[in-house]
Amino acid sequence: MTQVATPARTRRRSTGTRSPLVAYVLRRLVTSVLLLLGVTIVTFALTNLVPGDPIAAALGEGASNNPATVAAYVERYGLDKPLPVQYFIYLGNLLQGDLGRSLTTGRAVTTDLATAVPATIEIAIGAIVVSLLVSLALGTLAAYRRGLVTDQVVRVVSLIGLSVPTFWLALVAFNLFFLQLGIAPGSGRLSPQLTPPPTVTGFYTVDFLLNGDGVGFVDAMAHLALPVFVLSLFTVGLLTRFIRTSVLEVLDQDYVRAARAKGLSGTRVVLDYVLRGASLPILTVVGIAFGSLLSGTVLVEAVFAWPGLGTYAYDSATSLDLPGVMGVGLVVGVIYLLVNFVVDLLYGFLDPRVRLG
Amino acid sequence: MSAPILRVDNLEIAFGANPVVRGVSLELRAGRVQGLAGESGSGKTVTAMSVLGLLPRTATVSGSIRLGDTELIGMRSRALRNVRGRRIAMVFQDPSASLHPQLTVGHQLTDHMRRHLKLDRRALHTRAIEMLDRVRVPDPENALKRYPHQFSGGQRQRIAIAIALACDPDVLLADEPTTALDVTVQAGILHLLRDLAIERNLAVLLVTHDLGVMSAIADDVAVMRNGLIVETGTREQVFLTPAHEYTQTLLAAMPDSAPSIHPPHPDAPSATAAASPSTATPDQEGTE
Amino acid sequence: MIRRRRLPIPRAWVTPLAIIGVVIALAWVIIAATAPLWVPYAPNAQGLPRLQAPGIDTLMGTDAVGRDVFSRLMTGASVTIPLALMLVVVSLVIGTSLGAVAGYFGGWIDEALMRLTDLVMAFPTVILAMVIAASLGPSLFNAVLAAIVVSWPAYARVSRSLVLSLRQQNYVIAGRLLGFSPVKSLMTDILPNIAGPVVVLATLDVGTAILLLSGLSFLGLGAQPPSAEWGSMISSAIQNFDAWWIGVFPGLAILTVVLAFNFIGDSLRDILDPVSGGAREVAGVAPVAPTDASHAPHTPGATA
Repeated sequence: MTQVATPARTRRRSTGTRSPLVAYVLRRLVTSVLLLLGVTIVTFALTNLVPGDPIAAALGEGASNNPATVAAYVERYGLDKPLPVQYFIYLGNLLQGDLGRSLTTGRAVTTDLATAVPATIEIAIGAIVVSLLVSLALGTLAAYRRGLVTDQVVRVVSLIGLSVPTFWLALVAFNLFFLQLGIAPGSGRLSPQLTPPPTVTGFYTVDFLLNGDGVGFVDAMAHLALPVFVLSLFTVGLLTRFIRTSVLEVLDQDYVRAARAKGLSGTRVVLDYVLRGASLPILTVVGIAFGSLLSGTVLVEAVFAWPGLGTYAYDSATSLDLPGVMGVGLVVGVIYLLVNFVVDLLYGFLDPRVRLG
Repeated sequence: MSAPILRVDNLEIAFGANPVVRGVSLELRAGRVQGLAGESGSGKTVTAMSVLGLLPRTATVSGSIRLGDTELIGMRSRALRNVRGRRIAMVFQDPSASLHPQLTVGHQLTDHMRRHLKLDRRALHTRAIEMLDRVRVPDPENALKRYPHQFSGGQRQRIAIAIALACDPDVLLADEPTTALDVTVQAGILHLLRDLAIERNLAVLLVTHDLGVMSAIADDVAVMRNGLIVETGTREQVFLTPAHEYTQTLLAAMPDSAPSIHPPHPDAPSATAAASPSTATPDQEGTE
Repeated sequence: MIRRRRLPIPRAWVTPLAIIGVVIALAWVIIAATAPLWVPYAPNAQGLPRLQAPGIDTLMGTDAVGRDVFSRLMTGASVTIPLALMLVVVSLVIGTSLGAVAGYFGGWIDEALMRLTDLVMAFPTVILAMVIAASLGPSLFNAVLAAIVVSWPAYARVSRSLVLSLRQQNYVIAGRLLGFSPVKSLMTDILPNIAGPVVVLATLDVGTAILLLSGLSFLGLGAQPPSAEWGSMISSAIQNFDAWWIGVFPGLAILTVVLAFNFIGDSLRDILDPVSGGAREVAGVAPVAPTDASHAPHTPGATA
């Protein structure tokens, strides 16, 4: 549960004439693809775990009484064939973008997810950026003031952040800031009187900017504020302690002492030497934090009526819309995998020993 | 002999209730290498660190460390930063650890130069190459763009020395500069230090537990034990006629019983003075 | 440092936070154990006036169908806390044994385990738990099952890496030479020495388990109505925003329990991992505190 941060496994093999960086990227790519296949196997296995009639679960009560629909379904997904064959049919369908049809919306799950995913990623990126900035500041501060009051205060704040149930905080924050105080905008991604920008990225903020619409941009940002705040609290709790430990370990290093011995200012030592030294472990934990953020959105979006993965997951889960739930699971697994892959890549770039061999 | 550039007077350092340095006095003179010998725990490294104010928060420092007319103990951080790297510089034990693995050699060589010397990019670049050249790092132009892990241990320590001397300091503190290096490489580094001391009129403090290293380049030697200096003198005095029994024990414990003595320093006292026994300080037994 | 016997917990390290944590956690455990005996109203009895604000009769008000929030809250403790504790113990046992075996024997067992944990950890926890719970059917039992599935890999990873490093220790090798079977070697030499970090993980995990279970119930995938569970109580608060007491109190309950266990776990972690504490600084083995140590002869600052 508490995700244990494990460093990217780097196996040193001689790579011949290929540049070390290319070899590194290839290795991470292969690992990621294998993991991706594993993810599909897991979701496939889970669809078959369903007790009772899987066809009814996939088609819903009404449709499963229609023999023609059922026959077509069996044909399409090869349900009369042995399990391994079914898996490959499933995989084939996946690669064609077929995730089944949602029972609640009636649309293809992929269509639903196409709009939902950017909405959630927008919150996730916002939360990660905000949390990272806050945690870097707090964690570094706590490391520098180790053992003093500041350190203890930061520690308690982090622990509180980790202990607050996000779905509850979402409710409380929404109630307080919108309903009672009226300083936050209402639910959803936009105020009702505005129309969404033309879709380029799916991120309202970016798309508004690209469209030159300042008013829309501000409104979209305002609506992001509460969800980002709620999700950031937990993430700050997660990151701060870890950053504190990483910074402490770096502060122990000779190169920090040497930098100070050169007469560099405290700020320069922190920015150029300390944070750079801690950047690799911090990067790892950011990847993990992103995963917990994705989890968090599931719990939070419902409260804000945010049309993202979370709400979709919530609606699917509560109506036992299995294709919907599986779709979410798979997509989130893929996103998380991508994020970790990117983290691994950045690892390679940030560490010259990996980059240059 | 010339006037001392750095004077340490009755330096006392404690960590909480633990006294680590219990009254140390030293003098560093331009162009001379002052050795500070002792085993682990003698307080020699802490002494060196205290000169630049690099001790942790928990350390209490009292006494006097004067650079020329300036008292360094009690100096405010801002003023101290003008001394560090600019007037007093330091070389650390393990260059794999004291050089940042993620910054280029060029960056680490020039960032403090920019601050202290206020040179523009071109001048920094030129000066950086000059420094690398002086410490005999091959292909200085390209070396600037490389990272520490791409160099050998000996070359890394040369780079560290170049960094230390980049702003032309008056004093160089060398804390076990060769301990982490291969034996074959050690001599080169030591001779480099000695040559640089003479060439640039540097006052060098050489901290080491290795008497062999000491005998190679130190002009004056002080032996530390349990936070006190038990013997001081010139190299000849201490090595040939050690007065304190601790020094004798250390010398006897050296694997090579005859320490290598290089030709005396041009400024060394005359032969008669050298024959006189060195000063032994009775050491008090204290708590560990 | 890993020694053959257990690490004694030094008195001096018991911090105020840990004490607060223990007190609160103990209080909640007692509540969980005894709540059904003393709650003023039956948790599912719907007789009271609906949506009453907190008052003398009903300390935390009533909900939309006239049930006493306070009674439901306390009863909720007796649902969530024992389940969370049990969940953690099961995950610990499964994960630690698998991890220890994999670390000790290596080879294909190790490879297989690593792939398996990789696979489970490739999903964010709540999402995977949600998917499993949805597939199995919404019930508290299935939610606990799902939670166990997503929790055990962490223990496996930790115990595996610990065992890997311990395997090289001299006393372990000596034990094997003396004729210890692998099982005996594991039990007597290795497992006692990995207890520390595993216990820390478990303590922190209790909080995570509670958050996960209540989260799943919030989504409707755990405890089903009308059972009094904190997460589902909060979810029902969505329909009645004005009656803030319905949602706020259960959330505070979760917050305090989880915080208590986090305080304890965090303090335990400090004890077992003195590197990030202040021990080395006091010894004068100089980690340099970056607050610029000017030479001012001052009284030593507080050590960590």
